[in-house]
Amino acid sequence: MTYQTTPDQRVQVVASSVGSSFAEARDVAEAVGAPRSTGSARPVGRRRLTDRRWFVIAGGALIPVLILAAWQIVSTTGLVPLSQLPSPAMVWLAAVDLAQRGLLGLYIAISTQRVLIGFAVGGGLGLLVGAVVGLSRLSDILLAPTLGAIRAVPSLAWIPLLILWFKIGEESKVILISIGAFFPVYTIVAASLRHVDRHLIEAGRAFGLSGVRLFATVQLPAVVPSVISGLRLALAQAWLFLVAAELIASSMGLGFLLLDSGQNGRIDRIILAIILLAILGKLTDSIVGLFERWAIRRWA
Amino acid sequence: MSADSAIAAPPRAASVGFSDVGRAFSIRSRRKPDATRDVLSGVRLEVGAGEIVAIIGASGCGKSTLLRIAGGLDAPTSGAVSIDGNPVRHFDPRTAVGFQEPRLLPWRSIADNVALGVPRGTPRVGARQNVDRLIELVGLTESAGLRPREVSGGMAQRAALARALCRRPGVLLLDEPFGALDALTRLKMQDLLIDIHTAEPTTILLVTHDVDEALQLADRVVLLARSEPEGPASVSQIVTVPGHRPRDRGSAELAELRARLLDGLGVDRHGTAHGVAAVTTIPHYPY
Ligand SMILES: Nc1ncnc2c1ncn2[C@@H]1O[C@H](COP(=O)(O)OP(=O)(O)OP(=O)(O)O)[C@@H](O)[C@H]1O
Ligand SMILES: [Mg+2]
Repeated sequence: MTYQTTPDQRVQVVASSVGSSFAEARDVAEAVGAPRSTGSARPVGRRRLTDRRWFVIAGGALIPVLILAAWQIVSTTGLVPLSQLPSPAMVWLAAVDLAQRGLLGLYIAISTQRVLIGFAVGGGLGLLVGAVVGLSRLSDILLAPTLGAIRAVPSLAWIPLLILWFKIGEESKVILISIGAFFPVYTIVAASLRHVDRHLIEAGRAFGLSGVRLFATVQLPAVVPSVISGLRLALAQAWLFLVAAELIASSMGLGFLLLDSGQNGRIDRIILAIILLAILGKLTDSIVGLFERWAIRRWA
Repeated sequence: MSADSAIAAPPRAASVGFSDVGRAFSIRSRRKPDATRDVLSGVRLEVGAGEIVAIIGASGCGKSTLLRIAGGLDAPTSGAVSIDGNPVRHFDPRTAVGFQEPRLLPWRSIADNVALGVPRGTPRVGARQNVDRLIELVGLTESAGLRPREVSGGMAQRAALARALCRRPGVLLLDEPFGALDALTRLKMQDLLIDIHTAEPTTILLVTHDVDEALQLADRVVLLARSEPEGPASVSQIVTVPGHRPRDRGSAELAELRARLLDGLGVDRHGTAHGVAAVTTIPHYPY
């Protein structure tokens, strides 16, 4: 028996704090799966095909390429009318057209900016409040029920209120996204701090640590990997809430593009917006994912 | 193996006094919300400064509990423990604990884990030297940079021992420090403990399952046992071991004491004659 409590605990912690959406469930699975493939534990010797970098990349690209091919075939053979499903080329042209009007870059930029600001604010607050609730039994008793109730409010329910309070400005959207990003981080940080191995905390205390030094030496490192999983979920939530916010109250951004195109029957632009959201979401997620891998190697 | 240490003034060994120590744990259930179970009761023991006392007893009889109380990790429900005449404080800084499990921080290297034992306020250079020296003494220099999950159970246990030794406490509390080691490494570590104790005579309370180890290391051996099957344990025998360390493992005097202690543990003479005493303890990890 070697000494490994952290991965199992993380599984338990992450799983116990799963939110609602499907996207979250998928990311939880990824986050939970990740620790098993950490670098240093890999047996030396013959490398399997599934460990090779090119195979991983090619394998991941396989299904998108197949979908693209199927899409092309379906639209050129006329299996589905172009008015229902425009061809890849038409979507590409819609992108070029929007870019020439200077709208594509603007929409992507404004949407990304909203997500990043909302993610930073919500994630930061989530870390803070999660740490307070996870470390102090008293604040757990005082705050956790209320926060749980607020978390239970569906995101769309906030929108009318936010619009009345903050009009259609940036604040209303950033606040909504912050709410979305706050809860996964808060939930996971609080839960994982509560579940830090008691034995290790006791050992830390026995060796003279307490307060901030105990936190920095034992508790914080113990939760770093799950905190980053929480941040990853928060980022996914931020994109989710962005579209909700922009669909309902905005004049710019990818959500607005979706709404506007829906009203004008521009299916090519709708598909374009969906593809852009997929790419941007995956891109930002991969960045946090890299950070997560590093953190697990460093701290777990 | 040398145990020189001119790094700082050696710590002053402290005496430990247990006066009628009892510990009951609550075993709450829905039917009996305030049921308790007495684990220890009326433990009375005076350990002199610089003395090595081994505690033996059946599994689950409360050895670890007693050690935890001595270190201020747990509080007795009755009686009191004092160190140098003062009551033990919460996580008493005069003590250092080598836990029954290694309890190393998984994200730190072995060297950094050992360094955790260095008391606050030690000058950096001296601390580093002390850590390196102890890592060398427990034979982990090669593995100093590895993480706990990359070393074996016995190596982790030696690292935990080094961490406790780093503290250079007045009272060293060791809970089965050699449980996970093979016979040879175990002998080496026993010698190391004796060397360190000779160089810096600190008080050592050592829990072990191995009667021979107790007789080899300790000035006195304390047998904890229950007087009735489900009742609390208390001190049932205190054996003063004759002779100076290192002792002759084959001496007839020790054989007689061994038989007595094994008898107290419930092992019959027939069993000892067939070498049950030499069976190594099964390493015990609650993980
Ligand atoms: N925190 C606790 N809550 C309830 N019961 C406990 C607790 N800690 C210990 N006990 C009980 O106290 C008894 C003594 O435990 P302890 O760990 O001291 O035994 P031990 O003598 O060290 O055994 P071993 O040799 O197996 O390590 C056990 O029966 C255990 O169930
Ligand atoms: Mg024990």
